[in-house]
Amino acid sequence: MDARSLSIDGLPVPFDDGQTIMDASLAAGIFIPHLCHHPQFTPQGSCKLCTVRANGRYVSACTMPASEGMEVESNTPELNDKRRTMLQMLFVEGNHFCPSCEKSGDCLLQALAYELEMLGPHFPQFYPDRPVDASHPDVLLDFNRCILCELCVRASRDVDGKSVFALSGRGIGKHLIVNAESGRLADTDFSLADKAAHVCPVGVIIAKRRGFAVPIGQRRFDGEPISRRVDWLARRRADDEEEQ
Amino acid sequence: MDATSPRTLETAPPGDTELRRVSIDPLSRVEGHGKITLLLDADDRVQQVRLHIVEFRGFEKFIQGRPYWEVPVMVQRLCGICPVSHHLAAAKALDHVVGAERLTPTAEKVRRLMHYGQILQSHALHFFHLASPDLLFGFASDATRRNIVGIAAAYPEVARQGVLLRRFGQEIIRLTAGKRIHGTGAIPGGVNRALGDEERAALLAEIYTIIGWSRQSVHLVKRLHTADPELYDGFGTTPSNLLSLVGAGGALDFYDGRLRARDAGGKLLVDGCAVRNYPELIGEEVKPWSYMKFPFLAALGPERGWYKVGPLARVQNCDSIATPLAEAERREFVDHGQGRPIHAPLAYHWARMIEMLHAAEAIKNLLHDDELSGSELLTAGPRHHEGIGVIEAPRGTLIHHYQVDDDDLVTMCNLIVSTTHNNQPMNEAIREVARRHLDGRRLGEGLLNHIEVAIRAFDPCLSCATHALGRMPLEVELVDCLGQRIAQLRSSG
Repeated sequence: MDARSLSIDGLPVPFDDGQTIMDASLAAGIFIPHLCHHPQFTPQGSCKLCTVRANGRYVSACTMPASEGMEVESNTPELNDKRRTMLQMLFVEGNHFCPSCEKSGDCLLQALAYELEMLGPHFPQFYPDRPVDASHPDVLLDFNRCILCELCVRASRDVDGKSVFALSGRGIGKHLIVNAESGRLADTDFSLADKAAHVCPVGVIIAKRRGFAVPIGQRRFDGEPISRRVDWLARRRADDEEEQ
Repeated sequence: MDATSPRTLETAPPGDTELRRVSIDPLSRVEGHGKITLLLDADDRVQQVRLHIVEFRGFEKFIQGRPYWEVPVMVQRLCGICPVSHHLAAAKALDHVVGAERLTPTAEKVRRLMHYGQILQSHALHFFHLASPDLLFGFASDATRRNIVGIAAAYPEVARQGVLLRRFGQEIIRLTAGKRIHGTGAIPGGVNRALGDEERAALLAEIYTIIGWSRQSVHLVKRLHTADPELYDGFGTTPSNLLSLVGAGGALDFYDGRLRARDAGGKLLVDGCAVRNYPELIGEEVKPWSYMKFPFLAALGPERGWYKVGPLARVQNCDSIATPLAEAERREFVDHGQGRPIHAPLAYHWARMIEMLHAAEAIKNLLHDDELSGSELLTAGPRHHEGIGVIEAPRGTLIHHYQVDDDDLVTMCNLIVSTTHNNQPMNEAIREVARRHLDGRRLGEGLLNHIEVAIRAFDPCLSCATHALGRMPLEVELVDCLGQRIAQLRSSG
């Protein structure tokens, strides 16, 4: 059977049955911005950063099945403007203080902001009041940085079999919660060895007492921008923590 | 207090309702935002002089509830000129929290190198970029060329050396902390990187030039003093106590040591005071017209206990400097005082350049030390809930104090910043300048710059200095136009 292909920004990209636009682009080494997508988990299309135009329609690249001859536009000024606006909304909804965040240099949100040349927040800051949960002996939860990608929810439920995390509330009140009567991580069976401890694309789930141990210059995105780390984005699996 | 006491200009005598207010706002060529106000009577006699710090930063409050390992990186953001000082003071305090009572040799040497680089770049920045225009052109010279651009035009080699000295210090910071400003090198218990052989070789290739230029800088300031001793020894001079860390054997040490205080005549008041005892050594007073607190030696009280910190205090508080060129310069400096401590604000510049020379020599020694490239970077021991870190920042003694709970979150933060120690001395210096140079004269830009020259000599960092929030002891008075108190509110710390 002939290889099937679609085009992304004019480039022919082969794909296999069952693959999404995102799967095909990652396999071909083409960068489409994304936050909530992770190759190990069922895509959910919630962050909308991977929005592309497929045959003229806006779709999420991570959930849209690839089809023969599909013409996909991704790296266009119009789409990148929209992505930048979505990033700005994510930044102002939380408390993202990159200068003192230990995830700086290793954070997908920050890396995308650099990639898409976000120069400021544009919108008024919400400054939500979100106390940290430091009750667990090995892991700190800093809810200030949560972008509601649900990767920890999916990892804890689908890989760890624990369902430690969930989203609660609706609309602007939606927030990450811990599945314990007390609401404290210490009162769950969460472990630093869990997959969920290593999938957070930002700095919510933090291994305690390790902050800033990796020097500047050796962090994941110090050497190259995220758009040139497609190989790493594509092969993210259980080796998330070790892989630099 | 008698009528000639230097404190008499703090508050204008009550009753005169016709005082004219002159404000120097913003204060230029200093770090941060502050202003000076003068109250003058109808005869242009100065009745009141105050340095106000008008910005509020509040780091002491918002560091609470954050994980302790984040602190050295977060608190350094309170300054753009000497962030390394806060970075290291916080890391030193948190070393105690993680039980790292003694760092590995590599970690301590990398931190010291970072700190000496910081001293060098900060002192070069202050002298060449901020202070030298006043000193080389004159206090009342043409304001349009009284800046580093003017220096570059009139004294190109001086300006070039100043810029390159600073660049070298910043390069050391980059190699030890990852960035020239706001890096991450020091972490509780040690550092996150050491220097490679190539990095050391690159710095060594320049260090002898840097030492030579530093030495020339000392000689430049010395020439200014000897050319006009009356001005340089008398301008804004107010005797006070002196406070600093001193290292082993009483040597000058910017990174570690014990607290020592002398009185204005040079007599030892306190020696060998462990830094953990600073709360007993130092008291703090709050005044309603400034966000910056007024520290004093607790045993002497606020009236007699105020003190200077920084280069002028350090160079005279120590018994020696461990590097030969700087030690020779220190001896000459001390001899200039003819047996008594020098209290002239303009002598800060001389002492500052001696310290820059010492930093350059110390950098050279470290670069030849193979332990700078070691692999043992971190250490730890039994956990504690409290840590105090004291360091000699470019501007003086810097105290960081934290308490951390069982969950690793900071519950208390107290910062006593170098510039805060110098609050009363700066106020007294500008009152002395006002009394000697401004009193009874029509004020113009040149005369007002005299006030700024005195402030600049202390190299204040005003943005570093205002952090207390919440439980500050505060007294509020409502005063009528005749100075009579109508009502009073008081909250105790």
